[in-house]
Amino acid sequence: MSERMTGSQSLVRSLEHADVEVVFGIPGGAILPAYDPLMDSKQIRHILVRHEQGAGHAAEGYATATGKVGVCMATSGPGATNLVTALADAYMDSVPIVAITGQVGAAAIGTDAFQEADIRGITFPITKHNYLITDPAEIPAAIAEAFHIAATGRPGPVLVDISKTALQAETEFEWPERLEMPGYRPTRKPNNRQIKQAAKLITASEKPVLYVGGGVIKAGAAAELRMMAETSGIPVVTTLMARGAFPDDHELHLGMPGMHGSVAAVGALQKADLLIAVGTRFDDRVTGHLDSFAPNARIIHADVDPAEIGKNKPVDVPIVGDAREILAALAVATQTEIEKGERADITAWRERVAGWKTNYPLGYDEPDDGTLSPQYVIERLGELAGPEAIYCAGVGQHQMWASQFIRFENPRTWLNSGGAGTMGYAVPAAMGAKVGVPDATVWAVDGDGCFQMTNQELATCTINNIPIKVALINNSALGMVRQWQTLFYSERYSNTDLNSHEFPDFVKLAEAYGAVGLRCETAEEVDATIEKAMSINDRPVVVDFRVHKDAMVWPMVAAGMSNDEIKYARDLAPEWERGTEE
Amino acid sequence: MSRHTLSVLVEDVSGVLARIAGLFARRGFNIESLAVGPTEKAGVSRMTIVVNVDEQPLEQVTKQLNKLVNVIKIVELDPERSVTRELILIKVRAGQETRSHILETAQLFRAKVVDVSADTVVIEGTGSRGKLNALIEILEPYGIQELIQSGAVATARGGRGISERNLRSA
Repeated sequence: MSERMTGSQSLVRSLEHADVEVVFGIPGGAILPAYDPLMDSKQIRHILVRHEQGAGHAAEGYATATGKVGVCMATSGPGATNLVTALADAYMDSVPIVAITGQVGAAAIGTDAFQEADIRGITFPITKHNYLITDPAEIPAAIAEAFHIAATGRPGPVLVDISKTALQAETEFEWPERLEMPGYRPTRKPNNRQIKQAAKLITASEKPVLYVGGGVIKAGAAAELRMMAETSGIPVVTTLMARGAFPDDHELHLGMPGMHGSVAAVGALQKADLLIAVGTRFDDRVTGHLDSFAPNARIIHADVDPAEIGKNKPVDVPIVGDAREILAALAVATQTEIEKGERADITAWRERVAGWKTNYPLGYDEPDDGTLSPQYVIERLGELAGPEAIYCAGVGQHQMWASQFIRFENPRTWLNSGGAGTMGYAVPAAMGAKVGVPDATVWAVDGDGCFQMTNQELATCTINNIPIKVALINNSALGMVRQWQTLFYSERYSNTDLNSHEFPDFVKLAEAYGAVGLRCETAEEVDATIEKAMSINDRPVVVDFRVHKDAMVWPMVAAGMSNDEIKYARDLAPEWERGTEE
Repeated sequence: MSRHTLSVLVEDVSGVLARIAGLFARRGFNIESLAVGPTEKAGVSRMTIVVNVDEQPLEQVTKQLNKLVNVIKIVELDPERSVTRELILIKVRAGQETRSHILETAQLFRAKVVDVSADTVVIEGTGSRGKLNALIEILEPYGIQELIQSGAVATARGGRGISERNLRSA
């Protein structure tokens, strides 16, 4: 049954059919027609942000926290180009969002009209797919396809650009019963033969590691991962994108691998004879120098995206499919092999990695001058806010410390910009997460550099009753860049001092936005300040934690070096054989 | 590096060529030749893309191509078991003394003369890259004024078409 209406009404109706409950956006000339019927929607809440990048990251935060598709909306030209960073971010981290942009009238396309930008062309490389719609009759199918593409297979951002004339014109609305996409058929079910082959390899290996990526969280496969790990007794490492996929306090968990990974996690990958890589992509921040990464390991690589398999590292057993189905099948197949009694002994390996975990725990030095240590702040925050809270980080030192020192237990409680490394992600993402999961405590752990890129969304939070909390790890510098200058540029601090212990006054800034501003400068005040922030739930809270400038993130593998060169503190390399036998 | 011919079925929608060309550029691959046209099926176009790459990066680029929503199927054509043709138009200087030599050459290559003027002829040649290169080489000394080459088009030998399942997807 079709119904006569305008393209704009058809768009809003389509979004309703796609079960959209919230849209983050800003109106403008070309998208204006869509905002009129949007006002009447009883289902869709529109949250007016202050910058389109905020809308994009909020959609990401919403999507990552809930597992649903996030939606953002912007007008043509600069409105659309302001979404670009968030789209690129969502593309790198496989976040399902749909961006709706207005485009100039169909006849004006290509004429350099006012506020015209070829946003479809601009976003080809950073969207999973995108559309330019000039015929209003195509709106329902485009929206239906966009949501399907964003959410299925390897999730990702989809942009639908709609000309103003299409929004204004009269059309027939008809929600498509089925989608016609002959070129889009993501594989869900893994191949049985490859599962069996993998199980044989797993049980034949003496030094296996489960190398787990964000795909496991996206597939909702935390329970299956746990089953697989416990069935097989194989140690687990969780990448930056997979924090929370496996409980941090689990005895099999070795922590995060990579440039700032734990010694145990990095060492386990390096010394393993088998990597069972699931929903992960052998990113350079994990592998370090690729040729010397996991040099003795055979590789089982399971991913929903066939193009990831073998992209960076040759693979022994490829498995294409949904991580949940794969892990469930692998657990069963591995159990079957174990019951046959054909299992290599991994006891020595288990002891060895446990030894690394004991001997080289994550740690930090307190600053000599009695100033506040950023790691301590984050550690206490994790303790006091607990594993049920949602934590969003920006990019840099505070992000690494949050990943290291917060003890995660649950999937979808750790949101950050992993692949793109987008400063400014945290505040709007926290806003989106809080809208999606209103009952959760949502903390943005942000740096003073990152915060100043998108903090205007605090106004959005205050006005729309989205009481997020921000732990500002204020070291008055672009900390991670400064750390590299300390280590690799002879302490020549070119343009990394932000002076943000003086300007702006973050407490006043918070208050100006209608949020509560708190300041904390000593270790003694940390718990009380966090508790105070936790007690305020009727408006956003910003805590300006003034921390030491020279704190560094350790362990560290210098860029481009082999993971074997990991240092757990400055100039201190682990002794791999300490306390264990080779 | 070796030459590979990819036959790609795509949905005939706006932007599909830009998506494919952009993907090649972005991932650092050079397209040697490209030919696009409609197929026996309405709404479906076929691209024949010739690339010069090693096996491993080729696999990566075909996998990335396969991820494009508008790409329906990709097959790599084995040169031994496929027929490839290109078309060239050569505008060559042909005066009183040289004209007959040029026409003879064209005949030897089973090429056609498609236009004649007072001092030039336009020769249309079809065939494999090797044959056409030889034709160009022989005509070179007469003075080639313009050379226009199509991309390669190719099909697998035998009864099966690309849409059938039996042809292994790349």
